Amino acid sequence: MMAACSTAFTSRAADAMAAPPSAALRTRPGSLASRRGPLPGFGLSLGVALFWLSALVLIPLGALLLRPWELGVSGLWRSLSEPRVLAALRLSFLGALTASAVTLPFGLLLAWVLVRDRFPGRRLLDAMVDLPFALPTAVAGLALTALYAPNGWLGAPLAALGVKVAYTPLGVILAMAFVGLPFIVRTVEPVLRDLPREAEEAAATLGASRPQILWRVVLPALAPALLAGFAMASARAIGEYGSVIFIAGNMPMVSEIAPLVIVTRLEQFDYAGAAAVGLAMLALSFLLLLALNLATRFWRPV
Amino acid sequence: MPRLLVPRRSVLTAPLALPFLGTAAGAQPRSVQLLNVSYDPTREFYRDFNAAFTTRWKERSGETLRANVSHGGSGRQARSVIDGLPADVVTLALAYDIDAIAERGLIAPDWQSRLPANSAPYTSTIVFLVRKGNPKNIRDWGDLIRPGVGVITPNPKTSGGARWNYLAGWAWALRQPGGDEKAAEAFLMALFRNVPVLDTGARGSTTSFVQRGQGDVLLAWENEAHLAFAEFGAGQFDIVYPSLSILAEPPVALVDRNVDRRGTRAVAEAYLRALYEPDAQALAARHFYRPRDAAALAAAGSRFPALEMVTIDDAAFGGWKQAQARHFDDGGVFDRLYQPGR
Amino acid sequence: MHGGRSSLAGTLLLRGLAVLVLVLFLGLPLLAVLAEALRRGAGPALAALADPDALASIRLTLLVAAITVPVNTVGGLAAAWCITRFRFPGRALLLALIELPFSVSPVISGLVWVLLFGSAGWFGPWLEERGLQIVFALPGLVLATLFVTFPFVARTLIPLMQEQGATAEEAAATLGASGWQSFFRVTLPQIRWALLSGVLLCNARAMGEFGAVSVVSGHIRGETNTMPLHIEILYNEYQFVGAFAVAALLALLALVTLAAKMVLERRGGGA
Repeated sequence: MMAACSTAFTSRAADAMAAPPSAALRTRPGSLASRRGPLPGFGLSLGVALFWLSALVLIPLGALLLRPWELGVSGLWRSLSEPRVLAALRLSFLGALTASAVTLPFGLLLAWVLVRDRFPGRRLLDAMVDLPFALPTAVAGLALTALYAPNGWLGAPLAALGVKVAYTPLGVILAMAFVGLPFIVRTVEPVLRDLPREAEEAAATLGASRPQILWRVVLPALAPALLAGFAMASARAIGEYGSVIFIAGNMPMVSEIAPLVIVTRLEQFDYAGAAAVGLAMLALSFLLLLALNLATRFWRPV
Repeated sequence: MPRLLVPRRSVLTAPLALPFLGTAAGAQPRSVQLLNVSYDPTREFYRDFNAAFTTRWKERSGETLRANVSHGGSGRQARSVIDGLPADVVTLALAYDIDAIAERGLIAPDWQSRLPANSAPYTSTIVFLVRKGNPKNIRDWGDLIRPGVGVITPNPKTSGGARWNYLAGWAWALRQPGGDEKAAEAFLMALFRNVPVLDTGARGSTTSFVQRGQGDVLLAWENEAHLAFAEFGAGQFDIVYPSLSILAEPPVALVDRNVDRRGTRAVAEAYLRALYEPDAQALAARHFYRPRDAAALAAAGSRFPALEMVTIDDAAFGGWKQAQARHFDDGGVFDRLYQPGR
Repeated sequence: MHGGRSSLAGTLLLRGLAVLVLVLFLGLPLLAVLAEALRRGAGPALAALADPDALASIRLTLLVAAITVPVNTVGGLAAAWCITRFRFPGRALLLALIELPFSVSPVISGLVWVLLFGSAGWFGPWLEERGLQIVFALPGLVLATLFVTFPFVARTLIPLMQEQGATAEEAAATLGASGWQSFFRVTLPQIRWALLSGVLLCNARAMGEFGAVSVVSGHIRGETNTMPLHIEILYNEYQFVGAFAVAALLALLALVTLAAKMVLERRGGGA
C-alpha cells in the first residue's frame, strides 16, 4: 500500500474536518482519552501552538475584522452593497462553486484511476495532480492566459468553435478549477483506498451492473469525502488571486473578482472599504464551510 | 529524523524581529542608498538615468550611490509609501497620488511648487496604438465608439495612465458640437462598452493588445506606444494622434519625512534637480517622454508631433482633486458607466 | 478487477480520460511555461537567471522559505501533539482555527500585516519611532508567507497522529522515557514521512506565493522582490523569455519538491 501519510495532507485532514474531530477520536479505541494521561508536554505544546496561532493568524485577522467598523454599521453596509462589490462577490462565490462542481467528477475520475488502476506511469500522474499546489499562482495565471487566449494553443481552436475562454467569466471558472482540482483528488483518494471491496463484490455477485454498483454502493460511501473536497476546493477558489487575475478580463460587473475589488480599494487609499470586502469574504466562506460541514454530518450519521 | 529537526531550531531563535538593514542611516558617509518609488512605464528611463546620476554623484561628492527603484501601478505605489515604504523620492503618474502622500504629512503640502514646471520634469500625452495599416480606420476619439471596434485600456480605478485616457476622452466629447457633460458621459459609456479587457495597469493592457491580440486600438501613454513599437517590431503597429489629447504631467517629489529620517535630503534633492538638466532631458526624449527643455524638444525633431492638449487644470476638470472625486471615487461617474440596467 | 471484456474497455476508457485530463488541464500550462522560456534557446533563458536582480530574488525566496518552513513545522508539530494526544476544552475550535488561513484570500493575508505594521497600522507608529521596518522588508515577506503556509504541516500530521494513537508513547513513558526521548525516539520515527511531506508542500507554497507577498513587498528591485514578484516585473518589462525562465526555474524547484515527496511516499510505504 502506498503510504497513508502521502496523501494525508488534504485528504485525512479533510476527513477530520468532515467528521467532528472529537467524535473521530472517541470512536478510536487506541487513542488516549484522558487529559491527565501519562504523556508529558501538554502545557508546552499547547503553549507553543497557541502562541503560533495567535501571533500569526488570530491577531492579524483581528486587525482585519476590527477595521471596517470605523465606517459605522450603515457605512459598512453602503460600502458592501455597491453593485460592483455585490457583482464581484457573486462571481467569486458562484464561480468557485461552479468550478468545484464541474471539477468534482474529474476529481473523482482521477482518484478512481489512481487508486484502482495499475499501469506504467501512474506514479508520474499521481505527482502531476499536485502541480497546481506547486506551480506559483502568478505563473499558473500567465500560463493559463497564454494557453486560452484567442491566439493561444487551446484558445485558438476553441475560438474557432465560438467559445471564448480568456477574459470572460468562463476563464475565471477555469482558473478556479485549476487550483481546486488537487484538493478534490487528494480528499477522495484515501477514502477510496480504504473502501472495502467486499460490498462491491457482493453487489456484483447479486447481479448488480457496474453503474448500479457505482451509484448505489461506491458513491454513497464517497459522498462525505466528495463534499469535503468540494468545500476545500471552493474555499481555495473563492480567495484565489494570482492565477485568476491574468485570465479574468476584470470587467466590472462581469468578470471582476472580489479580491480585485480589495486591491482596487486599497489603491484608492480606502483601507476600511478594502477590509470590509475582506470581512464579507471571510464571513461568506465561513458560512459556506459551515453549511457543507453540516451537510456532511447529515450524510454520515455517526 | 531528529538530525533533520535539531539544526533547524537554531534558525528559529529570532525570525520575527529582523530590522530592515537599509534604515541604519548615515553610519558610513562614503556610500548612500536612495529609493525612488515610481510607476510602471518609467522603468527603462530610470534605469538609464540612475546609472548616469550614480556616476555623476560619485564625481561630485565622492559617495558611492546605490539608487534603488520600485515600480508598480501609481496608486499602489503611493499606498505603499503611505504605509511605510521608505521612499526618498516618488516619481508617479499623477499629482493626485503625490497629494495623497502629502495629505498624510509625509511630503510638504507645497511640494508641487518646489520644482520647476509643476514638478513634472517631463510630460507625455495619450495616443492610439492601432494594428498595422489601421484596418479599422481609427482616426479620432469618435471612431472608438463605433460598433465592432475593440478598445484596450486599463481600469481607471487602478491605473494612473487609464485616468489620463478617460479624461482625454471626456475633454474631446465636451468639445464636440452640442457636447455637454451628459453627452460626455454617454460617449464614455459607449467607449467602455467596446472594452473587452480591463487590465489593472498600463503594462497589462499593452500585453493584452500586443501579445494576446485583443482589441483594435490601445489607448496608451505616448511613451508606452513608442516603446511597444520599438519592442515588438515597427511592422506590426501604427501610432495615431487624435485631434485632441491631454497633457499628462507625471510629477516628482521629495518625501520629506523619509529623507530627514534617513539623512538623504541632499542626494535626493540633487537627484530630482538633475532630472531637469539637459542630458537628463535628452535621455527622457530618448525614452519617448516629452522633455520640458526647449532645446531637447527641438533636438527630438519630429518624434513628438504637436497636437492640441488640454490640462488637468482645465475648467472641465478643475484639478486632480476634483476630477478624482467626481469621476473615479466609488460611486463616481466611472462607476455609473458600469451600473447594471443602463 | 472484475474481469470481462466490457469492464476492461471501461478501465481503459477511464484511464485514457484521466491521462487526458491531467495532461491537457494540468500538464499543458507547465509545458507552456517551458516552451516560452526556451523560445529563443537556452542561452537567453540562462542569461536571465544570471542577472543580479534575478539572483537576488532567488536568494530572497530561499531565505523566506528557510525561515517560514521551520517556524510552521515547529508550530504544526506542537499543535498536532496537543490536539491528538490530549483532550481539552476548545480543542475542536483550535483545529478549525488552524485550518482558517486556507480559506482566506492571499490578498487579505498580505493586507492584515499592513493593517498591523504599516504606518497607519496598530503598531506602525511604535515601530517607526524605533526605526524598525516590518512591511516592505524581509520580516513582512516572512509574515505573509507564514500566514499562507500556516496549516500545511499541522494538517498533514493531525489525521495521521490521530489514527496512530498514543499507545507507543504511553508504552515508552511506562518504561521510563522522558517526554523528549519519547518524542524523538518514538513519535518522530512514526510520523517522519508525513512530516516531510507536509514540510515539502509548505515549502513549495512558500516559494510560489504571489498575492500575499505582493501586498507587503514594496517591489524594490534586487531588495524585496521574491521570485514570483520578479517574474511579474520581467513580464511587465516585456522580457517574456526572462520572465518565463525564472518561472520555469521556480516550477522546477516545485517539481523537485514533488518528486522528493513522491520518493518519500514510496519509501514511506514500507515504514
